[in-house]
Amino acid sequence: MSQRNAILQKLNERLDRADDLKAKEAIRARLQGHVKNLIPQRGSLEQGQQVNLFRKEAEKVNATILSVQSYDEIPGAVGEYLRQNQLPAQIKIAPDPRLKELDWTAKTSLMVNDGRADGNDPVSVSHAIGGVAETGTLVLTSGPESPTSLNFLPLDHIVVVRADDIAGDYEALWDRIRQQAAAKGTPGKLPRTVNWITGPSRTADIEQTLLLGAHGPQRLHIIMVEGDSATPSEA
Amino acid sequence: MSKTPSPTARPTVGLFATCLVDLMRPVVGFATVKLLEDAGCQVFVPESQTCCGQPAFNSGDVPDTADIARGVIEAFEDFDYVVVPSGSCGGMIKHHYPEVFADDPAWLARAEALSEKTFELISFLTDVRGVTSVPATFDGTVTYHDSCSGLREMGVKEQPRALLNSIDGLSITEGEETETCCGFGGLFCVKYPDISEKMVDTKVNDIVATGADTLLAGDLGCLMNIAGRIQRRGLNIKVRHAAEVLADMADAPAIGEPLDKG
Amino acid sequence: MDSTSPQFKDNARGAIANDPLQAALGKLTHGFPKKRAEAAARLPEFDDLRDQARDIKNHVLENLDLYLEAYEEKVIEMGGHVHWCSTAQDARETILDICRKADAKTVTKSKSMISEEIAVNGYLEENGIEAIETDLGEYIIQLRKEPPSHIIAPAIHLSKEQVADTFRDAHQDLDAARDLDEPRALLEEARAKLRDKFIHADVGLTGANMLIAETGTNVLVTNEGNADLTNNLPRVHIVLASIEKIVPTLEDASTVLRVLARSATGQEITVYTTFCTGPKRPEDLDGPEEYHVVLLDNGRTDMIGSEFHEMLRCIRCGSCLNHCPIYKSVGGHAYGWVYSGPMGAVLIPNLIGMEEAQHLPNASTLCGKCETVCPMRIPLPRMLRKWRERQYRSEVGSAKARWSLSAWAWLAKRPGLYRPLMNLGIAILGQFGGRGRFKSVPFAGGWTSKRDLAAPAGDTFINQYHNGARGDQSGELMRRGIVK
Repeated sequence: MSQRNAILQKLNERLDRADDLKAKEAIRARLQGHVKNLIPQRGSLEQGQQVNLFRKEAEKVNATILSVQSYDEIPGAVGEYLRQNQLPAQIKIAPDPRLKELDWTAKTSLMVNDGRADGNDPVSVSHAIGGVAETGTLVLTSGPESPTSLNFLPLDHIVVVRADDIAGDYEALWDRIRQQAAAKGTPGKLPRTVNWITGPSRTADIEQTLLLGAHGPQRLHIIMVEGDSATPSEA
Repeated sequence: MSKTPSPTARPTVGLFATCLVDLMRPVVGFATVKLLEDAGCQVFVPESQTCCGQPAFNSGDVPDTADIARGVIEAFEDFDYVVVPSGSCGGMIKHHYPEVFADDPAWLARAEALSEKTFELISFLTDVRGVTSVPATFDGTVTYHDSCSGLREMGVKEQPRALLNSIDGLSITEGEETETCCGFGGLFCVKYPDISEKMVDTKVNDIVATGADTLLAGDLGCLMNIAGRIQRRGLNIKVRHAAEVLADMADAPAIGEPLDKG
Repeated sequence: MDSTSPQFKDNARGAIANDPLQAALGKLTHGFPKKRAEAAARLPEFDDLRDQARDIKNHVLENLDLYLEAYEEKVIEMGGHVHWCSTAQDARETILDICRKADAKTVTKSKSMISEEIAVNGYLEENGIEAIETDLGEYIIQLRKEPPSHIIAPAIHLSKEQVADTFRDAHQDLDAARDLDEPRALLEEARAKLRDKFIHADVGLTGANMLIAETGTNVLVTNEGNADLTNNLPRVHIVLASIEKIVPTLEDASTVLRVLARSATGQEITVYTTFCTGPKRPEDLDGPEEYHVVLLDNGRTDMIGSEFHEMLRCIRCGSCLNHCPIYKSVGGHAYGWVYSGPMGAVLIPNLIGMEEAQHLPNASTLCGKCETVCPMRIPLPRMLRKWRERQYRSEVGSAKARWSLSAWAWLAKRPGLYRPLMNLGIAILGQFGGRGRFKSVPFAGGWTSKRDLAAPAGDTFINQYHNGARGDQSGELMRRGIVK
């Protein structure tokens, strides 16, 4: 007997269920039902307050946040960030049209490439699909326009997120991800990677001393696009 | 756990003294009798009591535990209440006797019935008899040790502090580790003496840091363990069962002190 | 991993005398428990969420076979492979096989307690494959050839000086005169050393905190981001997980995540919570080409339906370790195997055998603190006692202790004998107790080696109460009108 069948059979015997068929049905229903369990009240605020809570929680875990009113301001904001942190004028951006189609050359003399990170990029710019106010968490999904390596290899990670895409709780983002999958024609299928990112990388493994920048980015800079944005986000 | 106090009724209380009180420190038994009688109870002390069975239970010896428990149930089940000056023995009777008889419906019913009316002493006085103060005096600063079973099995936390606070002359100072295990654990302290020593030193250091001159608690096992360590370290802190202070019997020698002769 | 659990008492003695370890454990005492309490206080629904997390896992365990099948189906649908392994050896061989087929020279690893259980690193090394731990704490102890001493903070027992010495020994290519006084310098060195390893690894081996049946997804939680570099960069991603890690849906995973980090470190959530599903999609710009899940039994099926069934709810947060007075006295290495603290004392005998691990369930006062902080409401003290029951029935442990307890129980069942014997014994002891306490007592060395023993008053309470025997104490009490 294969090890698979040996394990499953042993479990089935030890569990000694009265009705296997009924149990299978119940499980199928549960897996398809996506019932939400208890959701903390914390994120149940009106949208503007959710954005404020998101900002507060993200700053608590050492992310920095800048608000801009439109996508057009992003290149300038990035340039300013690099200057303030004395970083080289060189960024790798996600090939997301909302980032690619910005005018990076207008105000700044940045070297801009798009694609995945290869270990030589000091700074990356990604676009989140949204954020979760309850813990100041950004949600990013992998795809041809959002390579995951941008989130982890560079020392400085800049993430663009729309204020409108901030929700109160994690469950709202799972709903959105499921909708996106359905809209793409792959219902019920997640992308290869969903990242919840809450602040920059950290460790306390040496004498319980908190240090930022363990293996992931040492700095996480969030650019929140508020107000009417020039480009609508994906449905 | 608490019932509406009925001050006019004079309930019968079976006093389960515990083997440590019985053998090592009778004054706690007498203090318990006084507190219960002052609270309007009729106290009985069945002579057939020996041990609650916890040493056997914690050593995994369920058959002996069951035998001992049957004796306790028979001796105590006819009283209105069973009161124990100990969180751990009280917890044994209240919570673990039903576990022991889980597969024996007849004894389970009797164990559950006994469990319903079994209480630790101090929480019985406050929660069931409605006692809010005691007519005792005490001159000094005390700190309180929350024994693990009392705290986590019998819900004893605020009650001793409330009654102690009613005593003229007594002030309470709280340690940081009041809820941390003292390292007694029944047979643990003799099976793993190095670890037990480390734990009791943590407790004693915390007590010293409070500046109190007296340590109180509701469990004699904890108290003997901590007192023994205090005295081995040559420290000058008195150790008593809280019942002694509440019953105004704190002039008896403290734990480990020589008895008055004559 | 070989165990030193039979030497627990010696291990413990050594640990208590180990000053750097005691300093580190002292810090732990004031760190994690305070932070957990603060995090719980900040979330009013925390206790309700613990109840829900418990209910979710109970439901899964009751249907574990069916959920495993559903999970496997989804992983395969998403382009992954599932390998079922009954024993540690099966899992080692399976992982080696995957690595060989991938022509792998190096494997990066993120923290996985299961990988310690099956001792896969040594096995890969024996077979010519370099296995590199990337979690900073795990990297440090890998260099020191030590096992982890805490399930989420594996190097917690070390001082920064010890880490610096380790790095100097291991990183010989760097300037010997460099300053490694500060943790920052140590971190930068480790980061630099591991960067290339991450980028050039052929295989990334991760654990999984949860496996989500709905989507065929493994969940990784880290603060460092090393699990992300491990799962994303190499060509092959292997997930190693034991079978009880299943949760049904993304919503169920979210519930568990809300109690996990708060219980472990007091953070609201770990910096990186990552959900991996299958290999990269054809249009993705990065990610592994191959995705393998190695499902391990290694004793879990035996626990199902046993008195240790509820232990399978454990989500490896480490909260019980952080609050356990025994763990805080002796640290993790004393337990002698992969796990430690209360969860280790329950789980280890299930995995390496009751005799080998016999000390662990006994080295506890059953204080119950662990159960009060467990996010999954596991009744740890009850299960420790269940191990003691099994040991008693199988006569494992000290025969002398068993005999003494039997004698006490025999007597306790016979009040007619107990009374006169105790009256006599106490009267005799009382004669010797003039100073109020004993510094040493025959047969009581376990007590008197560390403590004085208060002398009994000379007469039992029951005797005095009923027979009016005049011990000094009761005479005094009667004079004062306290005793009638």
